[in-house]
Amino acid sequence: MLYREAGQFKTTYAADMAILPIRQDRIALGILLAIAFIGIPLLAEFEIGPFGHDYIFKAILIPFLILSLAAIGLNILTGYCGQISLGGGAFMAIGAYAAYNFALRVPELPLLVSILLAGGMAALVGILFGVPSLRIKGLYLAVATLAAQFFFDWLFLRVQWFTNYTPSGSVNAPQLNFFGWVVNTPAERYMLALMFVTAFAIIVKNLTRGNIGRQWMAIRDMDIAAELMGIRPLYAKLSAFAISSFIIGVAGALWAFVHLGSWEPLTFNIDRSFQLLFMVIIGGLGSILGCFLGAAFILILPIFLDQVPHAMGIPVSVETVSHLVFIITGALICFLLIVEPHGFARLWAIAKEKLRLWPFPY
Amino acid sequence: MEGLGPFFEVLIGGLLAGVLYSLVALGFVLIYKASGVFNFAQGAMVLLAGLALVRSLDLLVANGLPFEMAVVGALLFAGAIMAVSAWLIERYVLGPLLNQSEMTLFMSTIGATFIIEGAAQMLFGSDVYPLELYPTDAWIIMDEVFPGGILISKLDVWGGLIAGILVAALAAFFQWTRTGRALRAVADDHAAAQSVGIPISWIWFVVWLVAGLVAVVAATVWGTKLGVQFSITFLALKALPVLIIGGFTSIPGAIIGGLIIGAGEKLAEIYLGPHIGGGIEYWFAYVLALAVLLVRPQGLFGERIIERI
Repeated sequence: MLYREAGQFKTTYAADMAILPIRQDRIALGILLAIAFIGIPLLAEFEIGPFGHDYIFKAILIPFLILSLAAIGLNILTGYCGQISLGGGAFMAIGAYAAYNFALRVPELPLLVSILLAGGMAALVGILFGVPSLRIKGLYLAVATLAAQFFFDWLFLRVQWFTNYTPSGSVNAPQLNFFGWVVNTPAERYMLALMFVTAFAIIVKNLTRGNIGRQWMAIRDMDIAAELMGIRPLYAKLSAFAISSFIIGVAGALWAFVHLGSWEPLTFNIDRSFQLLFMVIIGGLGSILGCFLGAAFILILPIFLDQVPHAMGIPVSVETVSHLVFIITGALICFLLIVEPHGFARLWAIAKEKLRLWPFPY
Repeated sequence: MEGLGPFFEVLIGGLLAGVLYSLVALGFVLIYKASGVFNFAQGAMVLLAGLALVRSLDLLVANGLPFEMAVVGALLFAGAIMAVSAWLIERYVLGPLLNQSEMTLFMSTIGATFIIEGAAQMLFGSDVYPLELYPTDAWIIMDEVFPGGILISKLDVWGGLIAGILVAALAAFFQWTRTGRALRAVADDHAAAQSVGIPISWIWFVVWLVAGLVAVVAATVWGTKLGVQFSITFLALKALPVLIIGGFTSIPGAIIGGLIIGAGEKLAEIYLGPHIGGGIEYWFAYVLALAVLLVRPQGLFGERIIERI
């Protein structure tokens, strides 16, 4: 009943093309951002409810935000430009190790610059591995990205320069000092991740609405037709690879620095790539909101399956839980592909559409 | 001559190991040829077949059956499991996705992979189970030509023989049987095949069943080599570069691709590996495939895809 756009008139083209054309949406998003930026840190400050513990930050909120960012990156490539990638984990690894090496070898650089440069490195590699996409597509491209995944797994494991010759191959992130703001407690780390994610989500949302986003979508829908219409596939595909890899690289650097603190070479293995791909598929291909929904789902499902039977007093072994996670994730992917190929994001849109008419649909 | 002995040993070992990759790749090609579905679940199917086989074999032997009988029983059981899973996949995953895009079908098989992996380990356990169906010792040949001779694993030779028989049987099946022809028609165009009266769900069931049986065969060889364990599913990923090199639609291509990958990665590991850090077997196959893709996107034997608007 509250969700009606009656009486909201648009008098300019810009107002009509706004990201959130309906006032209620703007209010809802404002409230959500206020909770995320002010409410949760306040709750943490005064140790109210679950936010008094580090657990919710370390195990849920921080990974959720960073994985959402990575999913946004992958969604540009797979969801908007239609190029399937099984190499998300590799680009996260490139971001993490590049940021580590920049911070280690060029200590004068501010940390923010190191992280962005790390994204730049990932973007360069992304362009390199995107070149085959000009000749091949679909499944063949999936293999090319797999090549990236395995090659970089190996590179960071075997070439010791990247890990600064530490004997175990495990490396530690430097102190997180952003222009004097030392990020230490979980709540501060959460704020940092939140700022990155919000900034990139807004940038990407605008990119996908603009010229370049439309080119990506044209390539996705039918590349030959797009080419005939004057879209340069070289430019469109490689820019998708570059921007996608940049964001995934930044997400990787954040994952390593902000979430993990210290990490091993195989942290970013093929499982991570699949996880990202699933987030994008389940959340919704070609939707920014979907990235968040998918990341939340994939992250929370194992925790949920682990905790709920315990709370209900049913003993379930760790192994069974991990197998159950496999089965449910797989079943859900098949189910969503059959019932709703656009994922949770589309379900959300349908719900909103229904809500406009509720409770009198006629 | 000293340099040549080890070279041939590595080469032959690599070629024979490559045949084992081909065994997995064959399952992919079969399904791709017949239904246009790129079946990512093939590796998971090998795991499922292997687990079903080894667990039922252990159970039968523990109940006092003679080994040969037990093997036959276990093979039948594994075959039955594959038939059930083929039916389930056709009925609940692919059937509803008929006439969808190739990418959707591919992603649905990734989903199926996870279901199969989870279910297989839940039903049959998730440890490493040793399997001994073939001799695992080695021959030493040509020791009068090369110092020390050339070591050849009997298991690899068995794998090669089995792969050869499978390829011949499958080629005959595709070429000369009514069902085989129907399979090829379905691959060309789902809708057109349906409209001339080919029962598409039956065809898909058959092709998944055949791929499942190929998975059983692959599982016997790989299970003997590595023990039946979860890491077998990664074979599926190794089969991808084999397919890229051989071409997605060619059964002989799968074999030759396997040979190239097997020999290439072993030789690279021995002669190139020490210079750049070792362990390059891990990625060599993929990078080789990438290089082939850039030069010949359809693979060595694949059909050229012509696209229209």
